[in-house]
Amino acid sequence: MTAAINRRSLLKSTAFGAAALASASWAGRARAAENLVVGVVYVGPRGDFGWSQSHATAVEALKKVPGVTVVEEENVPETLAVSNTMRSMIELDGAKLIFGASFGYFNPFMIDMAKQYPDVQFRHPTTLWSADKHPANLGGYFAYLDQAHYVDGVAAGLSSKTGKIGYIAAKPISLVLRNINSFMLGARLGNPNATVKLIFTGDWSLPVREAEAANALAGAGCDVVACHVDSPKVIVETLERRGVKSCGHNASQASLAPKGFITGAENKYETIYKGFAEALVKGEKLPNVAVGGYDKDMVTNTAYGAGATEEARRAADAAIAALKTGKPIFVGPINDNKGNVIVAAGSSLGNYAPELETTNYLVEGVEGSVT
Amino acid sequence: MEKGAVSGVEPGTGLTELLPQGGDRLRRAAEFVAVPAFALLVAAALFSAVLLGMGQSPLAFFELLWRGAFGSAFSWQNTLQRAAPLILTALCVALPARAGLMVIGGEGAFVVGGLAAAIAPLPFLGLAPAPVLLALMAAAGMLAGALWIGLVGVLRHRRGVNETISSLLLTYIAVAVLSFLVEGPLRDPATPNKPSTHPIGADVMLAPIPGTSVHWGLVAGIVACVLAHLLISRTSTGFAIRIAGGNPRTALGQGLPVGKLIVLCCLLAGGAAGLAGFFDVATVHGAANVSLVAGYGFTGILVSFLARHNALAIPPVAILFGGIGAAGGLIQRRLGLPDATVALLEGVIFVTLLTSETLYGRFALFQPRAARPRP
Repeated sequence: MTAAINRRSLLKSTAFGAAALASASWAGRARAAENLVVGVVYVGPRGDFGWSQSHATAVEALKKVPGVTVVEEENVPETLAVSNTMRSMIELDGAKLIFGASFGYFNPFMIDMAKQYPDVQFRHPTTLWSADKHPANLGGYFAYLDQAHYVDGVAAGLSSKTGKIGYIAAKPISLVLRNINSFMLGARLGNPNATVKLIFTGDWSLPVREAEAANALAGAGCDVVACHVDSPKVIVETLERRGVKSCGHNASQASLAPKGFITGAENKYETIYKGFAEALVKGEKLPNVAVGGYDKDMVTNTAYGAGATEEARRAADAAIAALKTGKPIFVGPINDNKGNVIVAAGSSLGNYAPELETTNYLVEGVEGSVT
Repeated sequence: MEKGAVSGVEPGTGLTELLPQGGDRLRRAAEFVAVPAFALLVAAALFSAVLLGMGQSPLAFFELLWRGAFGSAFSWQNTLQRAAPLILTALCVALPARAGLMVIGGEGAFVVGGLAAAIAPLPFLGLAPAPVLLALMAAAGMLAGALWIGLVGVLRHRRGVNETISSLLLTYIAVAVLSFLVEGPLRDPATPNKPSTHPIGADVMLAPIPGTSVHWGLVAGIVACVLAHLLISRTSTGFAIRIAGGNPRTALGQGLPVGKLIVLCCLLAGGAAGLAGFFDVATVHGAANVSLVAGYGFTGILVSFLARHNALAIPPVAILFGGIGAAGGLIQRRLGLPDATVALLEGVIFVTLLTSETLYGRFALFQPRAARPRP
């Protein structure tokens, strides 16, 4: 008798459970049909005045796309936490498109996740993806920020009185070296005697060392300093206090230096984020690789600050116009700072030349070393 | 309140007689569960007040916390994955703590362990089968970690160098050595933008526990905790370690080799953290790079303190931390709260749990009956 009741109640509760599960998955499916859920994973805080902010700014624009719900997570380190976060976004939030905004997220985490979830699209802000090695639902988007650094250089060269310019960079890796080189070439365009004193801090985010480097460059007589670190907040603030003009990087730091800010190299991920989401909402297929600079509206320069001279603004505007038409930055003759020929006189490297991806030198005029 | 005064039971009657030893042990065990549970409740109440102040519903928060950490098979895997490295790095604090040392440099041992594990198999790739290479990697990782923290023990024993400071400073040296090697002599040229050592290859890497996404480091950690517990509480060496930790002078007076015990604990501790580094390389990264510097060693300090340096308490505490970490993402996404909210919760839990230490021994309910003063 008791056994029968137990069995009956068990059956009843099972039925309830099944009904609950069914309705839950129905609700989930209904939600997915109405809304495209886009997950964005940041390595730092969204308001870092730098790398993560450049993505967060684009995500604010993405949120306005109708039919799109955005779920965001910040301060996710480049560890298993990446996989866990992405899996959680897919399993619990129903995300169908995921942007993982940090270099180290790609291998192995995003590759693994893309293999595990073939019906979810993953995109990473680099050119690491290749069709023969990686899953088809993974891909890359990349802003060629060296074009904006070139414009920074043009404006910096003409805003400097002494021609002594400083540059604070994180690590001597290809991506960073290329930005420094483009900056140098830009600076020499309007100011052929300009030199760039380079300091590497050793890592993406070392605020104390960045401040020391800013002070050291100010002490060495540089009257303009540019940078490539994750978040140049401390650099720009320190330079402003020392009365040195500054160029920004990644996001807008204009508000930090009302007196000395010239311009800054900004990623314009909005183009990608909105474009991808709109394509998915319409049911279109996403490209695996989407790269570009000024010609594809993927980079921009921060609005000129008080530090930019009239002449600098005009020359920088002209440089931007030229980049939009695809005019190359690396026009020979270009030597590296040890005297080796990089680009021979009369030839040039296109702005997307594969040789530039493995840059391992500094061009003439840069006082520093890659090692 | 006078200890034992509340009991109306005459000594020598009732429970005491029925369960002379087992009862006391049960009482003690109950105390170790009841006090932390109470502390967690207090932490939840305090944190709810903060949430109310921020205009958030504590109910929604804790519901998400539960769902993100333990609410589904997926959440459990997420939690256990995060807990796995913490178990081993917490052991790196707990073992020396039992010998009276405050070693906080598990991060360094984790890093050198991972580095050694990533380098060791490189000359033999393709020459030996994967299990052999993995064994070699594990041995290299443990050895490197053991020597790293062992050095701390030796410095303490031979030179009287404060182990807290030396182990912390050694962490920075470990990170610098890692950066130097992966950006210099050991760099794989195929990693222009994220300097790493040559990869060990997918076929050498350790697959997760079948049917899950959790890696074997979790099992290794729990086994290590059980072994550490047996060593500390069931062997004469462990007894000697506890005496040395309680009062080194007494231990010396008893003729115990305090120096050797200290170094032994440090070697084992470093080995545990080095093993965690091995698992991070063998299951996650497949190479050594700066991603190894993820703070597992530092979180391990918190875990060990909350576990009161009790090896058996480490896995549950690590799982609690893993769970909070796992749910953190869901809370950020659903409630739109900043990431720091979860750090704040961890901080509140840490403070209440440490404060609750003062409650031990204050409740007659949990006191061994035999130990009470006879009237």
